[in-house]
Amino acid sequence: MTLPIDSMYRDIIIDHYKRPQHHGLPDDFDAEMHHVNPTCGDEVTLRVRVADGTVKDLGWVGEGCSISQASTSVLTDQVIGQSVGDALKTVAAFTEMVSSRGTVEGDEDVIGDGIAFAGVAKYPARVKCALLGWMAFKDAVAQASEETPDERHRSA
Amino acid sequence: MTALIRVSAHRIVNGVPNGTGPTTAAFEAARDKVAAFINAPRREEVVFTKNISESLNLVAYALSNAATTPGAERFRVGPGDEIVVTEMEHHSNIVPWQLLAQRTGATFKWIPLDDEGRLAADDIEETITERTKVVSFVHQSNALGTVNPVQRIVARAHAVGALTVVDAAQSAPHRPLDVQGLGADFVGFTGHKLYGPTGVGVLWGRYELLAELPVFLGGGEMIETVDLTGTTFAKPPHRFEAGTPMIAQAVGLGAAIDYVSGLGMEQILAHEEQLTAHALEALSTIDGLRIIGPATGLDRGASISFTMRGVHPHDVAQILDEQGIAVRAGHHCARPVCVRYGIPATTRASFGVYTTMDEVDALVRGLQQVKEVFG
Repeated sequence: MTLPIDSMYRDIIIDHYKRPQHHGLPDDFDAEMHHVNPTCGDEVTLRVRVADGTVKDLGWVGEGCSISQASTSVLTDQVIGQSVGDALKTVAAFTEMVSSRGTVEGDEDVIGDGIAFAGVAKYPARVKCALLGWMAFKDAVAQASEETPDERHRSA
Repeated sequence: MTALIRVSAHRIVNGVPNGTGPTTAAFEAARDKVAAFINAPRREEVVFTKNISESLNLVAYALSNAATTPGAERFRVGPGDEIVVTEMEHHSNIVPWQLLAQRTGATFKWIPLDDEGRLAADDIEETITERTKVVSFVHQSNALGTVNPVQRIVARAHAVGALTVVDAAQSAPHRPLDVQGLGADFVGFTGHKLYGPTGVGVLWGRYELLAELPVFLGGGEMIETVDLTGTTFAKPPHRFEAGTPMIAQAVGLGAAIDYVSGLGMEQILAHEEQLTAHALEALSTIDGLRIIGPATGLDRGASISFTMRGVHPHDVAQILDEQGIAVRAGHHCARPVCVRYGIPATTRASFGVYTTMDEVDALVRGLQQVKEVFG
């Protein structure tokens, strides 16, 4: 028995789940955000540092299914180093694809490994899993952009 | 059922026009079928509700209504009294009692789970005390599969003068249900889990209790005489059936009872015990699989919850789904069970009368596939 060809589970997803990128919470950050999916209990906490209009650093911890955890890992690979404007465009493109019920293919040049989550769009119950970390990042960036440098957190 | 939905546009008990007679007869015939199915001493002890949640709420609200009902002193619950459930209850057998405790000032308690998903005899004895007024517990756990020692719990509760309520939603489809054998005061179950329609449930209660228990919902059918200065109430079961009932659904439940009774509840139990024994043995060979609940077939039903090391329960369910194997993942509306075992959720395979050995084997192969995917 093998998984069907249109299985939601791509190797990329499993790889990110097993070897999550930028895992752990950095000590130097501007904003921290914690999001929970109340229907399944999945959670992600992430910290972001923004300077000169650029996402300088992003780290995270979380618990949950492979979809929520791997998609957060993919997020970090994509947006670290991007300008805040480009990062939010990346988030918008990923959100559009997974929310499209399969009508939007997704652009690998914009969302990178995020393209592997195209199959999630067919499972409405799992869309929130895929977006968990991305929505937390969006809120964290908004919060970080509001704060002045003097309000920076430095727990180190 | 469709024909009945049309004809039951006519009212049921109090109608004079032609057409109500057959409807009433069909509804009351369904009551007879339920009474026989659960071995009730009297058909008047069978109250139709919309589901098991309403059955449990009915008892909980009737008890708090006792506070202001003359002559209902024996049912009163107040500060210093205790309401006892177990740690394995479905939310529908937790929340109504928490709310009763909140309304009355009584203390809400629970019998703890042991590591294997059972209630230890000592814990039953210690949790139910002289202050306990009501003990409500599940016959067969939907989250763990555990079949509880109903007679032992009832004996302890009755020894301290407490009322007993049994949630039989999960046992009714899987094993013979004998309310006299169980010995409890109230037993509830629901239609849709018994291969019947949604929108109908049952509360069985001892006649002498139903006759004295304060009423819950008010309206037509449940009255004897209505006067603007006061109302007297009908005898059970109509005392607890306010308004036009779910006629078609009750008749549908009767048909479902005919179906399972035709197969034989003893035969269904024997079939599911074979499936469960086979599944437990096969699942135990899967490295990293942990059964949440009793690991042996003793005093357990055909719902098997488990976790797999390194794979989230929702991922297990999704990969099985992609292979055409339907299981459920989540907290199964019994979140305290997951908290007790320190897990976010479980994956649960539930067997029914139609499940085959081949399907159990397909589940085991599917789980091997889950392991390969997550390697």
